[in-house]
Amino acid sequence: MRRPGSIESMAELEVQHAAHRGEVARRLLTELRPYRGMLTVAMVFIAVGAGAQSLAPYLVSRAIDRDIGHRDLLGLAGTMGALLVVYLVGAFAQREQTRRVGAMGQRVLAVLRVRLFTQLQSLPLAYFDKRSLGDLMSRVASDVETLNQFFSQGLTQLLGSLIGLVGILVTMLVLNAPLALACFTIIPVMLATTWLFAARARRAYRKTRETVGNVTAELQEEIVGVRQAQAFNRTEMNIERFRQRNAANRDANVAAVGVTSAFSPAIDVLSALSTALVIGYGGSLVLAGRLSVGMLAAFLIYVQQFFRPVQLAASVYTLMQSALAGAERVFAIFDEPREPADIPGAHVLQRVEGNLEFDRVSFHYDPANPVLRDVTFQVRRGQTVALVGKTGAGKTTVASLVPRFYDVTSGTVRLDGHDVRQVTRASLRQQLAMVLQEPVLFSGTIADNIGYGKPDATREEIEAAARAVHAHDFIAALPKGYDSVLGEGGSSLSQGQRQLLAFARAVITDPRVLILDEATANIDTRTEALIQQALATLLAGRTSIVIAHRLSTIRTADLILVIDAGRVAEQGTHDELLRHGGLYADLYQRQFRESQPVRSTG
Amino acid sequence: MTDRQRPGQSKAGVKAVGRALGYLRGYRWDTGGALLSILLLSAANLAAPQLVRRAIDGGLAKMEHRTLMLAVAGMVALAAARGLFTFFQGYLAERASQGVAFDLRDALFARIQRLSFSYYDQAQTGQLLTRLTNDVEQVRTFVGSGVVQVVASAAMLVGCAVLLLALNPILAMGALGAIAPILWVLKSFVARIGPLFGQGMILLSKLSTVLQEDLRGLRVVRAFSGEARETARYSAINDELLGQSLQAIDAMSSNFPFVGLFANLGTLVVVGLGGVLIFKDRLTLGELIAFNSYLGFLLMPIMTLGFLAAHLARAGASAVRVFELLDTAVEVADAPGARELPPLEGRLELRDVRFRYAGSEREILRGVSFVAEPGQLVAILGTTGAGKSTIINLVPRFYDVTGGSVLVDGHDVREVTLASLRGQIGVVLQDALLFSGTVRDNIAYGRPDASMEQVRAAAQAAQAAEFIEALPGGYDTVVGERGVGLSGGQRQRLAIARALLTEPRLLILDDSTSAVDAETEAAIQGALDRLMRKAGCTSLVIAQRISTVRDADLIIVLDEGRVAASGKHEELLATSELYNQILGSQLQPAAAMEAAS
Repeated sequence: MRRPGSIESMAELEVQHAAHRGEVARRLLTELRPYRGMLTVAMVFIAVGAGAQSLAPYLVSRAIDRDIGHRDLLGLAGTMGALLVVYLVGAFAQREQTRRVGAMGQRVLAVLRVRLFTQLQSLPLAYFDKRSLGDLMSRVASDVETLNQFFSQGLTQLLGSLIGLVGILVTMLVLNAPLALACFTIIPVMLATTWLFAARARRAYRKTRETVGNVTAELQEEIVGVRQAQAFNRTEMNIERFRQRNAANRDANVAAVGVTSAFSPAIDVLSALSTALVIGYGGSLVLAGRLSVGMLAAFLIYVQQFFRPVQLAASVYTLMQSALAGAERVFAIFDEPREPADIPGAHVLQRVEGNLEFDRVSFHYDPANPVLRDVTFQVRRGQTVALVGKTGAGKTTVASLVPRFYDVTSGTVRLDGHDVRQVTRASLRQQLAMVLQEPVLFSGTIADNIGYGKPDATREEIEAAARAVHAHDFIAALPKGYDSVLGEGGSSLSQGQRQLLAFARAVITDPRVLILDEATANIDTRTEALIQQALATLLAGRTSIVIAHRLSTIRTADLILVIDAGRVAEQGTHDELLRHGGLYADLYQRQFRESQPVRSTG
Repeated sequence: MTDRQRPGQSKAGVKAVGRALGYLRGYRWDTGGALLSILLLSAANLAAPQLVRRAIDGGLAKMEHRTLMLAVAGMVALAAARGLFTFFQGYLAERASQGVAFDLRDALFARIQRLSFSYYDQAQTGQLLTRLTNDVEQVRTFVGSGVVQVVASAAMLVGCAVLLLALNPILAMGALGAIAPILWVLKSFVARIGPLFGQGMILLSKLSTVLQEDLRGLRVVRAFSGEARETARYSAINDELLGQSLQAIDAMSSNFPFVGLFANLGTLVVVGLGGVLIFKDRLTLGELIAFNSYLGFLLMPIMTLGFLAAHLARAGASAVRVFELLDTAVEVADAPGARELPPLEGRLELRDVRFRYAGSEREILRGVSFVAEPGQLVAILGTTGAGKSTIINLVPRFYDVTGGSVLVDGHDVREVTLASLRGQIGVVLQDALLFSGTVRDNIAYGRPDASMEQVRAAAQAAQAAEFIEALPGGYDTVVGERGVGLSGGQRQRLAIARALLTEPRLLILDDSTSAVDAETEAAIQGALDRLMRKAGCTSLVIAQRISTVRDADLIIVLDEGRVAASGKHEELLATSELYNQILGSQLQPAAAMEAAS
């Protein structure tokens, strides 16, 4: 089976190689701006550390040449004292810089996380309609994690190794230019090697990302679908298919390691070659009397120190690449236009009566595919309007325009004569409540969930709300009552009970307008009776928009809108529409006639 | 199943890691090769300073150009050998560890495919996924690097120490004494960082729970203006995570520099004490430099061992979780000596069937008996919790009865093989699940070798052909999570086509459709009718529609796990109050309407 996802992610990677990268890197750096002071201090410590690192081998060489060569015990003691100071300063500097750079990275990351969360909270619903939740979740998690790895490991190493490298190069040149230059001849070879390996490794790892994605996708699907698999006798076949993907992933990883595990030996060999170069060429210089033995020993240490940052830099490079890729996707989310803010001068909507009006309302995501076209209707306060129509006809969209989950593309939605776009969102939504078909509850106690829309609600108010929707009895029967914690595995509430909690949550805010996506699924007859009663409480005296499935709701509605392909095909009361003999009458016949013969025989 | 590391857990963790290491036996050549390579590598590393010493003492001190050049040539050769050994060590160790990961995933996947429904009643998808991905990866990294690194580090440590002692015992004692505190620093570091890692994992998973709830409940959050509170909830955990990360950084920054410092003190002792020894002619300059190099070699293995110890706790926790899943018993499996079920006539009998979920006090079914003759349609009716779904789950052995027996054509379902039993039963579950793949793949799910004609015929019979042909790619349209979205009603019809295609002798279906519009409902109804009346096929249906019960050959009315009444529609209408009550609640609106008009 083809998985378009992997192709998509490949394409995403390709974008990475385009010009964006410099831009993304610059932007990531601007995130560090608030920590300029901290970063400056850290840089000073890094420089001090690098200085100490370069100075130590020099002191060792001085000990060998001057003190040991001249058998100067006092001198040796002095040099050793100096060396001790240098080592202590170095350790202190390292401690200070690790702490500062690390803390800075974690702070930046914490800020980015909250900003990302806030941004997701502020994006228009249309953004989420186009994306799969699982995808978004894993992207957010893994992208932030790559940044974390970069900040927690990469950044210190990058800064440290760059400064250290410069320090060592300068020191070597100062101490002995010819020998230093001879050592440097290795640099181009090393750069070429690194570049060559990096390109191959990138290709190999891209392949592993793809195979690992396949394995994860298959796992996810097969875990969710395990009941189907057993019902259809697919167990053995699925095991065999997974085995193939699993093996492909193993092989891709082994192949990738074939490339990377050749890299570090290659650098090792180069490092050994330069050691040999130092001893060979440096040795000749010593024999010719142009270099001291101590200096030769110092150079040996410098060459070793010189390769360590280079090796680190190679691993930092990979970290940086994936961090940039992650940062780019995070920034892409930041750049998504937010839900438009309240217009300047938007006024606070005072408590409304609940007169609702749709005036020639149209809505579309893209102009070629209109979702709603010229929807016009009016509901007076306290009335119930039932939306009826096929799946995908636009019922949910109509309901979503009132709380401004989307803004109309033309026309106007008015509440008590106020255009909903002219008032503040908060004051608008405060007067609305919503109950969805699938009740959404949050982890926390039952009381928290009921008081969700009114965080300052007292326990009395919460209980009153629960009583009003007939939820009090089952809540009180739970071992911890209102303090029972939902979620985290322990949620043993039935679908009907969860729905009653959602009702209680709606009723506690005493909304003027109620939006209800009626649920009929998975609820037994007895709970259903409770829900019907609760519904009556909920609807009493409130303007309601109901996406209706139940005949009882539809029949008693003050207005029925039959939505078909984004238009209001018919509107009127049940009797009017039946008499009219159009679409509604047709739907009604098909759905509900079944029951009549039974009633007549019974 | 938390990531918290309790003291008792670490022992179990070490044991589990040991068990994971046992998987290396399957890759003994790769493992052996990696070990050999790393031992040779250590030897080559230890030999290098000897050549440096020779170059200095033999070449430079005695002004012998040839000795110097020989030593240099030796160094280059040694470097090449070292490169080769490094490569083989890395490559072979990875091959072995990837092999172990493959074996673990393969075994885990087979296990999750076979685990019974009762397991999935409690399991969470996310957690299972984590075990097969992150946990296996943790174990793999540790197994791959672990053994090889421990052996290499130990060899390096012992080799270096021996060489140092042989070169100059006094100097060696001094240098080793100077770097000994490193062990103590690392030990305190490992003790501090382990719990911090664990806390970090917990906080991260809390963060993602909040994010998930927030995104899933997006509309509710916004409708109730809950954005600020959601952000506060997220920020609070995020702050906690930041605090924990800063502590981890503090642990690192106050330990690692001291490791370096003590290593440097070793150099200080070597040069200082070594210098004095040279004064007394008890050491040569070359020896001193070689000595210093060996000291450098000591540092790496010590760090490696510390690093491994810090990760052992994490790998241990992962290994425990992996093996916990691997060791979960499969409750429903073929009995020893289970026979193949011969082609069915279609007679189904429940004989005093009792059922109780594992760990539950309550008996869901309390002695249910009935018989469906071949070709009959049996409808089950009852309130929620009466045990309707349980009955249909017992026939294909999604669960096993806790008392009594289920018989098909007189065979107890527990005495035949699962494959031959399920192969003859068609099931339409309440949740019409689609797999990513084409429409055709989805219909042919239970019979992947079905021809296009057969698939088309099944779609037609399920009244799905029309909408399928209207899809952009027809039967080749990709559906599922990333494909074209289908409505609930369309998914349900695909599920019906899927069941039809297997040509079952016994059909089991849950007729409780979710909220769909009237037109879709009519189409589904038509498809189901077609399915249930398929020639000769015995059907067992959880009924919600009056049309279904009206035509049923037998209606079983369940109440609290018992058969309260059974018979045909007319009989039950006349005799069973419960039956009238259940049907009545469905009819109420219509009745009210009739009364009103």
